[in-house]
Amino acid sequence: MLEINSLHFSYKNGHPVLTDISFKVKKGEILGIVGPNGTGKTTLLKTINKLLIPQEGKILFDGKDIAELSIKENAQLMAYVPQYSSSFFPMKVIDCVMMGRVPYSQRKYTKRDKELVFSIIEETNLVEFAFRNIKEISGGERQLVYIARAMAQQPKIIILDEPTSSLDLKNQLFILNTISNMARDGEYSILMTLHDLNLASMFCDKLLMLKNSRIFAYGDPQDILTQENVDIIYGVRTSVTTEDGYKHIRLLK
Amino acid sequence: MLIIILGICFTTLGMDKSVFQTIKALDAYFHGTLEGSEDAAVNKIILLLRLPRITLAILAGIGLSIAGAIMQSVTRNPLVSPFTLGISSAAAFGASICIVFGQGSFFDSDAGIIFCAFVSSLICVFTVYSISNKIGINPTVIVLVGISLNYFFSALTATIEFFAKQHKLEEVVQWTFGTFNKSSWNSVIVCGIIVTVCLVFIFRYNLKLDVIALNDDETAKSLGINPETIRTVSGFLAVLITATIISFTGVIGFVGLIAPHMARIIIGNQHKYFIPFAGLLGAILLLCADTIGRFVLYPVNIPVGIIVSFLGVPLFVHLILSAGKESMN
Repeated sequence: MLEINSLHFSYKNGHPVLTDISFKVKKGEILGIVGPNGTGKTTLLKTINKLLIPQEGKILFDGKDIAELSIKENAQLMAYVPQYSSSFFPMKVIDCVMMGRVPYSQRKYTKRDKELVFSIIEETNLVEFAFRNIKEISGGERQLVYIARAMAQQPKIIILDEPTSSLDLKNQLFILNTISNMARDGEYSILMTLHDLNLASMFCDKLLMLKNSRIFAYGDPQDILTQENVDIIYGVRTSVTTEDGYKHIRLLK
Repeated sequence: MLIIILGICFTTLGMDKSVFQTIKALDAYFHGTLEGSEDAAVNKIILLLRLPRITLAILAGIGLSIAGAIMQSVTRNPLVSPFTLGISSAAAFGASICIVFGQGSFFDSDAGIIFCAFVSSLICVFTVYSISNKIGINPTVIVLVGISLNYFFSALTATIEFFAKQHKLEEVVQWTFGTFNKSSWNSVIVCGIIVTVCLVFIFRYNLKLDVIALNDDETAKSLGINPETIRTVSGFLAVLITATIISFTGVIGFVGLIAPHMARIIIGNQHKYFIPFAGLLGAILLLCADTIGRFVLYPVNIPVGIIVSFLGVPLFVHLILSAGKESMN
């Protein structure tokens, strides 16, 4: 279980970006992080992933402080799927996924590494793309490759930054279903930031709503996705209904 | 590949004498009958001039191209060469100081020039890293600071050239051309040791270089690699190799830029495979360049630095054009 305790973070100019953030994520649980642009969603993810160091607060996994982990151990614990990842020289899909094994390799990939990567590529239906150049496939397929790479890291926690932002409807559903299945199989704790509240309602077990660097609400999406909450956080007018058991948020002009 | 290199070796040897003669020469050396036989002079030429020259050309080719390859990988910049950190100008500056001002002292000798060039390169790199460290050792900063220092040392060298006497000026300019004329077994041993030791370290970094070259820094960190450490160590190794080689030979440019590219286009991006290939390509390129330089205007010996550019550019452009648009984007 991942525990975030009283996280405080500000950039060098002193402006606080995260204030007193505390929450937990259980194994097999999907936590969605929502809020307007600039509330520190991405900063929160980077702090958890140790790309940024918080001024105060502790992050524990199964009781152990992750600040004590080496960069390699941390890479074995958590995987980060960024929104965009640029590749500078051409790279094949299979090579990209294979890099997920780097935290476990010294100088070369073992046979076991390769077998694991092949089975992940099969699971995620990437077989037909395996030898294509990563720049030649669509955005949705590329996102899937990064997720496959994250799976290859065999982490306990997977962190995704806006996994569906630049994808079409079909790919959004496909990626979120894939993430859902990963969590349902009970192996990972998943944190992801989302802009689309309807998708958050459908796919997240718990939701964290941020406003002004603090936690505004935390709980089951069906409980906290109320019209008042959404209006206050985003500064808009909405109409919230329940359809098929999920909260549905409609933006009003 | 190895066969091609051996073939070129023997061809260059064979330009003057045959392979048979080489074997006779080696035989004479090992049997202590070097002096006094009627072939003594020829044997000595082969052993003391040709072989070290060829060995040094191979070493320099391997060293410079691999140094260029890892510089390109850790800065993710295909325009980078081993000289991007400014050491070519720094070495030229060191050599020029020595040539122009070092009269009648230790410095007025080949060893002195080598020493000054090397120390000068190290000072340059140390400066680049100190400045870069204040912001963080990321690719853009290193390249920018390196380029600035390149201009700075060029200016310093130009100043010295401006004030130097005629014959000293000639010597300075000749030094910058890059040549294997002064190859000796001493230079081969020194370069050989440094290149081998550095290569051992570089091969241990294969996977990490793959990660850094193909991803941004954040992704590299999330995969358990520290980009700044790798950048620093690789930079240091590349510079050590390059500074050592050019202290002995003068500035041989272009190999470190194109050999890695050619290797990448032909073999792909996995460091395990393309780094050794880049080394071999570099060795072949320099051997050919040196041989051509010795014979094209026989008996005038054109410095290899000049030939490499003439030889390399058409080859490189041809390779880019045939590789097509996709692989360049």
